[in-house]
Amino acid sequence: MSLTTPQTSMTRRRLLTETARTVCGVSLVGLGLGFYTHNARSLPATSLRPPGALEESRFLAACIRCGLCVRDCPYDILKLADVVDQAATGTPFFQARKAPCEMCEDIPCVAACPTKALDKSLTNIDHSRMGLAVLIDHETCLNFQGLRCDVCHRICPLINEAITLEPQHNKRSGKHALFIPVVHSDKCTGCGKCERACVLEEAAIKVLPINLAKGELGQHYRWGWKEKEKAGKSLVTPDTQHQYNLPKGLQYDHAGDGLKKDQL
Amino acid sequence: MITLLKSTVTTSGRSRLQRHKWLLIRRLTQLSIFTLFLLGPLADIWIIKGNLSASLTLELLPLTDPYILVQSLFAGQTLTAVAISGALIISIFYILVGGRVYCSWVCPINIATDCASWLRKKLLIKSNSLFPRNTRYWLLGLTFLMALFTGTLSWELINPVSLVQRGIIYGLWTSAFIMLAIFLFDLLISRDAWCGHICPVGAFYSLFARFGILRVSAYNRNQCDDCMDCFVICPEEQVIKPALLGAEKNISPVILGINCTNCGRCIDVCDKNVFKFSNRFTHTTTSNDFPNRGSSQ
Amino acid sequence: MKLTRRSFIKTNAIAATAAAAGITIPGINNAIAKTSSKQIRWDKAPCRFCGTGCSVLVGTKDGRVIATQGDPDAPVNRGLNCIKGYFLSKIMYGKDRLTTPLLRMTDGQYDKEGEFTPISWDKAFDVMADKWKEAIKKKGPTSVGMFGSGQWTVWEGYAASKLFKAGFRSNNLDPNARHCMASAVGAFMRGFGADEPMGCYDDLEHADVFVLWGANMAEMHPILWSRLSDTRLTKEGCEVHVLSTYKHRCFDLADNGMVFTPQTDLAIANYIANYIIQTKAYKKDFVNKHVNFKKTPTDIGYGLRPEHELEKKKTGTGGKLSGISFDEYKKSVEKYTLEYTSKLSGVPEANLLALAKVYADPDKKVSSYWTMGFNQHTRGVWVNGLVYNIHLLMGKISEPGNSPFSLTGQPSACGTAREVGTFAHRLPADLVVKKKPHRDFAEKVWQLPEGTIPEKPGYHAVLQNRMLKDGKLNAYWVMCNNNMQAAANMNEETLPGYRNPENFIVVSDPYPTVTAQAADLILPTAMWTEKEGAYGNAERRTQFWRQQVSAPGDSKSDLWQLVEFSKRFKVEEVWPADLIAKKPEYKGKTLFDVLFANGQVNKYPKQAITDDNGNVYPNDEMDAFGFYLQKGLFEEYRVFGTQGPKKGHDLGEFDTYHKARGLRWPVVDGKETLWRYREGYDPFVKKGQDVQFYGFKDGRANIITAPYEPAAESPDKEYDLWLSTGRVLEHWHSGSMTRRVPELYRAFPDAVMFIHPNDAKKRGLRRGMLAKVASRRGDIELRVETRGRNRPPEGLIFVPWFDAGRLINKLTLDATDPLSKETDYKKCAVKVMKA
Repeated sequence: MSLTTPQTSMTRRRLLTETARTVCGVSLVGLGLGFYTHNARSLPATSLRPPGALEESRFLAACIRCGLCVRDCPYDILKLADVVDQAATGTPFFQARKAPCEMCEDIPCVAACPTKALDKSLTNIDHSRMGLAVLIDHETCLNFQGLRCDVCHRICPLINEAITLEPQHNKRSGKHALFIPVVHSDKCTGCGKCERACVLEEAAIKVLPINLAKGELGQHYRWGWKEKEKAGKSLVTPDTQHQYNLPKGLQYDHAGDGLKKDQL
Repeated sequence: MITLLKSTVTTSGRSRLQRHKWLLIRRLTQLSIFTLFLLGPLADIWIIKGNLSASLTLELLPLTDPYILVQSLFAGQTLTAVAISGALIISIFYILVGGRVYCSWVCPINIATDCASWLRKKLLIKSNSLFPRNTRYWLLGLTFLMALFTGTLSWELINPVSLVQRGIIYGLWTSAFIMLAIFLFDLLISRDAWCGHICPVGAFYSLFARFGILRVSAYNRNQCDDCMDCFVICPEEQVIKPALLGAEKNISPVILGINCTNCGRCIDVCDKNVFKFSNRFTHTTTSNDFPNRGSSQ
Repeated sequence: MKLTRRSFIKTNAIAATAAAAGITIPGINNAIAKTSSKQIRWDKAPCRFCGTGCSVLVGTKDGRVIATQGDPDAPVNRGLNCIKGYFLSKIMYGKDRLTTPLLRMTDGQYDKEGEFTPISWDKAFDVMADKWKEAIKKKGPTSVGMFGSGQWTVWEGYAASKLFKAGFRSNNLDPNARHCMASAVGAFMRGFGADEPMGCYDDLEHADVFVLWGANMAEMHPILWSRLSDTRLTKEGCEVHVLSTYKHRCFDLADNGMVFTPQTDLAIANYIANYIIQTKAYKKDFVNKHVNFKKTPTDIGYGLRPEHELEKKKTGTGGKLSGISFDEYKKSVEKYTLEYTSKLSGVPEANLLALAKVYADPDKKVSSYWTMGFNQHTRGVWVNGLVYNIHLLMGKISEPGNSPFSLTGQPSACGTAREVGTFAHRLPADLVVKKKPHRDFAEKVWQLPEGTIPEKPGYHAVLQNRMLKDGKLNAYWVMCNNNMQAAANMNEETLPGYRNPENFIVVSDPYPTVTAQAADLILPTAMWTEKEGAYGNAERRTQFWRQQVSAPGDSKSDLWQLVEFSKRFKVEEVWPADLIAKKPEYKGKTLFDVLFANGQVNKYPKQAITDDNGNVYPNDEMDAFGFYLQKGLFEEYRVFGTQGPKKGHDLGEFDTYHKARGLRWPVVDGKETLWRYREGYDPFVKKGQDVQFYGFKDGRANIITAPYEPAAESPDKEYDLWLSTGRVLEHWHSGSMTRRVPELYRAFPDAVMFIHPNDAKKRGLRRGMLAKVASRRGDIELRVETRGRNRPPEGLIFVPWFDAGRLINKLTLDATDPLSKETDYKKCAVKVMKA
């Protein structure tokens, strides 16, 4: 078999065009996949990750979609996302309204994870942050109207820590306190029990991924009283001993009550 | 060509079973693997948990898919000891048995593509390859780049191989449609298009075959009567040629092409018993090369 | 907008499919409500659940209750509801409503071991009447009995009382309120000679200090709790003291929260009395004028079967009071020093002292509240009384804000069980069967021959079960309660009686409860607004409602069942000849003729029932019997209050109540009474008396001394934990209605075991694990809860009893207060282990 020059150049040209075509095609696939990935990267509002899950973008890098956490979930709460689910395909998630996390003390899902997608340093389930409960609809929440529902409060595994009831006077009825449910982000694990238990047709309290649920204070501002509490004293000291011109029998409390009568 | 095929079938003295021996063993293996995974959820017998991406056998033996792990690495993740040891076990295994054994002995998509391939022949569908076989390596590269640039396991969002195997194990119904799509793709668009040209998973596993110990050898290539059955059945027919026809150039009879999937179909279909499972170090052949070649041509 | 035919059919088709599939579609009611809200008819009714007595407006359309709303004009709740009240419109529409009588049959014949088979009412009453007659013939009237309810309407209780006590001449009629209110009744009668609280809910706004003794108002009386909380919030210096054997939701608001060792509430109450006396804080004047001092026999046992070890050991019996002096009383409480009481109860001295001080402070108005913590107590009558002692010593009673107040669990525990007197020893308006003049009066009102009503009190709730088991009570009708789930030690003492081959058990219920399933005959029953009704709440408020809709299928109201059943008996079949001889005109008549067609009950002819807007309401009983049955019964019943030997029980006229949002009795000249026994507030107190406890002839209340005595069963080495049972906000009445509302079920699906984390850990248990809890009587499995609403101390577990799948009353002990015969569900010994 003797190869002539034209044939060689033909073969080479063909090879070149073929390669170019392949590269083009593959690049297009890459581009499409890139857009898709971009869209799939943020966790949808209704899906929650298992306890100890890394921040979503890192979670999507670390989770190898093996489903071992799903298998070890004793309550079958966790599911692997199908293509049609909103969470990234193959990743574990749960939906609070359907079935919330039962907050097992031994956190079997985290123990099962072969990668770092679920953080092994989470050993106390109370420290997990699967999401954050938000009482979204104040208008429909029964407790805001004075009814005694507070199901979300009583169902909360961290009752009186993650959700507290703040009694307020009910001006309308005049004699029944309102028990306003308040979620505390420093305690709420995002287990979803409250959303699940909410008796309304559409839950008024929902557990959202933390980035959706939580505001962020500007870097340029501090809560003065919290800073003082942290420091254990005023950040600026000293203050002079204040003295006032006052009629007899009266005192003036600079820091607290203002004008007041002498103690008898 | 067709008459040739028919004549060889009719003149063959081997039984149907003999002609499908490795195919059946393979199917059995594929089924067994998925049965093991499904025993847990269906019968509460937990031998293997997880899926092909990562699993835990008897609460003891961790296995991890090295391909997904490398993607994770590109995505900027540090790896855990469990994951690494699991991947090492898998890697060593595939070095021993040949990388693409994954494709033909494990991967469920193989069933769909084999079926497509068989039906194409039955229906005489001739549309042909739009993709060069090396497309998969470009794609493989792309999957790593995507992981690198997006910081996530981008490819895993759409990887049909993991979608299907996960779908079977976890009961996600869309896997059936993906399997069907690939079947139709292979049937109508191009022969062996997915496994033989595109799939980056296969491409990744083929890399282990560089060192693969278990290999098919055309040790009896002197018996070859050029019936072409092996070429017709082989999903990666380019790997056969050097081993089968390389006697004159003193090329080893061992099929060393990294894309050989060790599927054993060539062994099955060859009435002359040209092929057998061997290893990459045994280059011997039976003596008296090609006594039949002239006659059949 | 009109509902088109097509959309109507569609909605109905969906509803029908859903019902068949066993699903209640949440949105479906509202879909109808939205399309045609104008056509909804709104009418008032009290809530079906607790004794608070919130009022709701019931929205009816096309023969179905499709919505409710809190009644904004109701003084109790002002438009509010708890979460149970929010779901009232769903309780009648559980998928498994019973619609036809079901008899256990084999091959078309009644068979105790047969399968439940649908039959007609006629057949059901045939079989039932046979069994009744057979029992009466064989063993006399004491072999028939009935277990009724504090959820009965007033006239249902009244009709049952007439039918059994007069008709069958059996006093074996007791309500499930025996499990709930009997101790309170006992203490009221012993202390004041008249039942029910002197104060009312307005105390919630007037008090400066609230003391909760064994009441978890935050969950059990949610709307009252929001009133109490509002006062605590808005009134300067207001304090809340909470006593319980475990921490519950009320502790959130408590200024002084105290967890005490079970049963030591007796000592704590005595300590406070002692403190008041020692510090000379008591109101001498009040005590001298209005109080007598008494003592009660001690070491009186635990109301168990007589052969029980504990009963053999007792040295005293009964509750006959004997007079003592103030000094003797003083001496009797001297033992309860701060140190002794603190040590015994486990409550720190500082807390006890703070509690004693608020009672002793003459300037603080104190209201005490209690429920089952006090009533379900083997010394329930005593401990109720010990709190009255404190209030009486301080004169803090019968005026706004100063109130010892016993709350009730059932919607008509007061109205039906207590006022109508459906207890085994009672007659209407605080009369008792033991007293001849009382029986005479009842017989006079009922136009019966003298001696019709038997003198001997009948079997009380626990005794009924024992008598069923022992084969002495053979024909038994359970109506409007779920006693198989509710009775203590049900596996050993209740179920055997129901399944005793000698007995025939009838259960009337809207749903197939645990009790119904244990019966021989199940009668499908109309509920709540499927009938005209009246309830009396804990503050003596009587509230009426009209029938809004008809019951499904062949369901009939309890009232219809009682009255219709009376037609099956001729007086000759149930009364002895000498009795009939006294009223020969009754010869050959049926009990229906004698009891209900007596010229009084059938006095009010059939009429259209309408409201001011011209809406017309059904009344199925009026249609069935041809006269206004409810009105007739109520007007006859009213005579007991207005003319009876015990004064101060007056009710208003029937028609007034349909117009009013409840009236608090005694209602005199159309005026309600807010505080009893205080001049100006109570029309029965004579001018110049200031305070008069007119339940007793001398107008004085009793301070009754009673010591601390241990519980019937305390933890030991093997059974090392206390078990306390109780309820949760989401479920009421054994969950028979609330568990059929999907949302309520979801909010608290299954009973769990509340246990201290250390106790769980010691037993290798983690939260969520299945654990076994066992007593000497039985065991059940349920999940461990170490967090959540209730936080027991180490050594005690709490299990709610609403869950038909986890019957905690297999474990409880059927020990009762020997005086009130009420079971102690709060104290028995159990052990807990891995399941």
